[in-house]
Amino acid sequence: MTAALNPRAAVSAGVVAVLALIPLYAWLTGDVFALTLFTRVLILALAAVSLNLIMGYGGMISFGHAAYIGIGGYAVGILWREGFASGFVQWPVAVAVSALFALVVGALSLRTRGVYCLMITLAFAQMIYYVASGLDRYGGDDGLTIRSRSEFGGLVDLSDTTQFYYLCLALLVASIYLVWRLVNSRFGLAIQGARSNERRMRAIGFPTFRYKLACFVIAGALCGLAGVLLANHTNFISPAMMFWTRSGDLIVMAVLGGLGTSFGPLIGAVTYLLLEEALSRLTDYPGLFLGPALLLVAIYLHGGIAALLGARRDG
Amino acid sequence: MVEPLLEVESLTKRFGGVVASDAVTLDIPRGEFHAVIGPNGAGKSTLIALLAGEIAPQAGAIRFAGADVTDLSVDRRNRLGLARSFQITTLFRDFTALDNVALAVQAHSGHSFRFWRDARRDARLREPAEAVLARVGLAARGAVRVDRLSHGEQRQLEIALALATKPRMLLLDEPMAGMGPEESARMLALLSELKGALTVLLIEHDMETVFALADRITVLVYGRVIASGAPAAIKADAAVRQAYLGEGHE
Amino acid sequence: MLYFIEQSLNGVQLGMLLFLLAAGLTLIFGIMDLVNLAHGSLYMLGAYFAATFAALTDSFVLGAILAIVASLIAGMALEVIAIRPLYRRDHLGQVLGTFGLLLFFDELVRLVWGPAGMTLSLPDAMLSAVQILPGIYYPVYRLVIMAVTLAVAGLLYVIVMRTRLGMLIRAGASNREMVGALGVNITLLYTLVFGLGAALAGLAGLMQAPILTVQIGMGENILILAFLVIAIGGIGSIRGAFVAALLVGLVDTVGRAFVPDLLHTFLSEAAASSLGRSLSSMMIYLLMAVVLVARPEGLFPAAGR
Repeated sequence: MTAALNPRAAVSAGVVAVLALIPLYAWLTGDVFALTLFTRVLILALAAVSLNLIMGYGGMISFGHAAYIGIGGYAVGILWREGFASGFVQWPVAVAVSALFALVVGALSLRTRGVYCLMITLAFAQMIYYVASGLDRYGGDDGLTIRSRSEFGGLVDLSDTTQFYYLCLALLVASIYLVWRLVNSRFGLAIQGARSNERRMRAIGFPTFRYKLACFVIAGALCGLAGVLLANHTNFISPAMMFWTRSGDLIVMAVLGGLGTSFGPLIGAVTYLLLEEALSRLTDYPGLFLGPALLLVAIYLHGGIAALLGARRDG
Repeated sequence: MVEPLLEVESLTKRFGGVVASDAVTLDIPRGEFHAVIGPNGAGKSTLIALLAGEIAPQAGAIRFAGADVTDLSVDRRNRLGLARSFQITTLFRDFTALDNVALAVQAHSGHSFRFWRDARRDARLREPAEAVLARVGLAARGAVRVDRLSHGEQRQLEIALALATKPRMLLLDEPMAGMGPEESARMLALLSELKGALTVLLIEHDMETVFALADRITVLVYGRVIASGAPAAIKADAAVRQAYLGEGHE
Repeated sequence: MLYFIEQSLNGVQLGMLLFLLAAGLTLIFGIMDLVNLAHGSLYMLGAYFAATFAALTDSFVLGAILAIVASLIAGMALEVIAIRPLYRRDHLGQVLGTFGLLLFFDELVRLVWGPAGMTLSLPDAMLSAVQILPGIYYPVYRLVIMAVTLAVAGLLYVIVMRTRLGMLIRAGASNREMVGALGVNITLLYTLVFGLGAALAGLAGLMQAPILTVQIGMGENILILAFLVIAIGGIGSIRGAFVAALLVGLVDTVGRAFVPDLLHTFLSEAAASSLGRSLSSMMIYLLMAVVLVARPEGLFPAAGR
């Protein structure tokens, strides 16, 4: 795994540097919206990182990843509503429940192939969506406004948008690093081998299912963390955040950036969300341009944007 | 009398109306180099698939090293010491040759729930892998991606992967498939080295190789064993000549 | 009891609509191996076309016919322009591309027809109810939907089983390369199949318009159900799509009608109503989970796949 200075590394470093400077920019210009927008970019990039882990490196499809965002978010919301405002309680619970859900979904979907896997993950996400819609006590269809962000005593004040931004950035960068280490470890190679040729993996003695399932759970937990952050960021959680088109957004970000690369998910999230934002400012009909743009990327950029920058699949 | 390493008893496999394996019975003692031959469609690849555990038989049993493995999964059987190579090259195409073999080594180096250390710098995986590559003659090609290796080199890598799993027995499915004369000669040399060191079940169409290496030969026609024994006996067997050798085709 | 019959009929009718949608989707997936997230958009366009043409011609039937033709043409045009390059991509690339189309069409509809949605009214002849069983009256229009769908299903059966085109379709579903090797014009076949799928989707869209809705985003909701149907029925199988669509339609409708009441009998009012809503929405997903556990390839998997 070479860490040579190539266009991809340069762009990635540049992107992270720019991201680190956003709060400064916001403070200087008073453009609070920029901070809000980029916080959202960071959080969804984290979700995309988790999706890239299973799809890009593991070759497993998940069309229900938005469910983990919802589970993480609802864990925060429900616990807050019931009087548990402490992040030390909310966050571990959120991640644990996400992991558990991933365990169940993975156990059922990972033995199936291709479109069936896609369907099962999609179905489970929709099920969670309906469960959330039925939670009248927590807002039902209208969603739940979470009036205070997770509390961490004196450690960090999440209601300070700048602190929150840097926390999200730190978690994102840490996740990218941890996933990178994971992917090159024995576990990661087992996962990548299973993606490359599962039949061969079994023939050389790997019980592939348990590793794929573990990977699926890790990704689910990580995405649950993204959900925690999103609920804090918007002070709100609703079933709509789990509707299947939200899972579609995540897949778009991961594929757009370049599957199976370290910074692909970040680049994909940044590109997709900024493009969306820019188009909505330029025109009343952003979808007219965003849609075809995605289609063109699908047709001409087989490895996503990372391929433009000369990336090959890691490993 | 030591039991055979591989005992196949009345193995039967049907695909719809086609009987691919018809009550195949076979015993292979430890250290034997056993060849299975037969015309196309005789059910040889099906036999390997059954032995490896990729498909389940309708009837019959398979015992390996005394244990009944009929219901065991592919990976379990491999961990017990039964390794196979594929007729159609089945490698990890986007990895290097060394990565490929290292994965096989890794599969037999305990569990892989290790999340931190860079596995490509792990000498405990790399060194044994390099040794296996050298054994099959690919020492210089370790850093090359599989999709850039020649067909012959890929076939050698196929064997390397099986060898790296520290097997007691090899199931080789037409290792020489698609090879030119030079590559075939190299493969023959490799197979000769394996003879005696490991128990081998070889499926091959190249009769020279078969008769040069095999201790015993089994002949399959339409899924049925029509003859089994020493090479000389097989050559002389009337049924075999009629069904296979005499027809003069591969 | 009457209520049960009525709900069952509604379930069958929903199943019919789902079948039209799923039949196209399963053909497209089975033959072209294409995941098409924009299928719901064609459904939406069918409804919008019908509402527009009906308003222009002042006739529901004429509007419907024109809408079907328009859907067919739109489908074939879409295939040539945007879908063809996606065949060589993997499923995830197709997801990306067709998701883009989904976004595009939602916006296009908003541009052309505005955000408010439209209505499509039925002609007086179809507004009444008929007595189908002693004491049971059922809306004529819903019966029309069932009749039309059955006719279309019959037509599909004849096409697929008795014509050359159908033979190619069946062959393509089980062995794509072989059909190409036979010298058949694969390109044209794909365009026709896609167009057929679009016409079926458009028909479903226009038929549900008078009783349900004509609005942006209507495709997103029903597309999930259609995917569910083909997963349960078996990819590439029209027969499977028919059976699964009926199953899904019945389970969903009857479930929604009776599960909340069932829960009321032994849960508190509040718990029953919220749990009831969730559970009844989830019934079809549970159905899919059960079917796929028992038969991982669906009820009628296409042979050779």
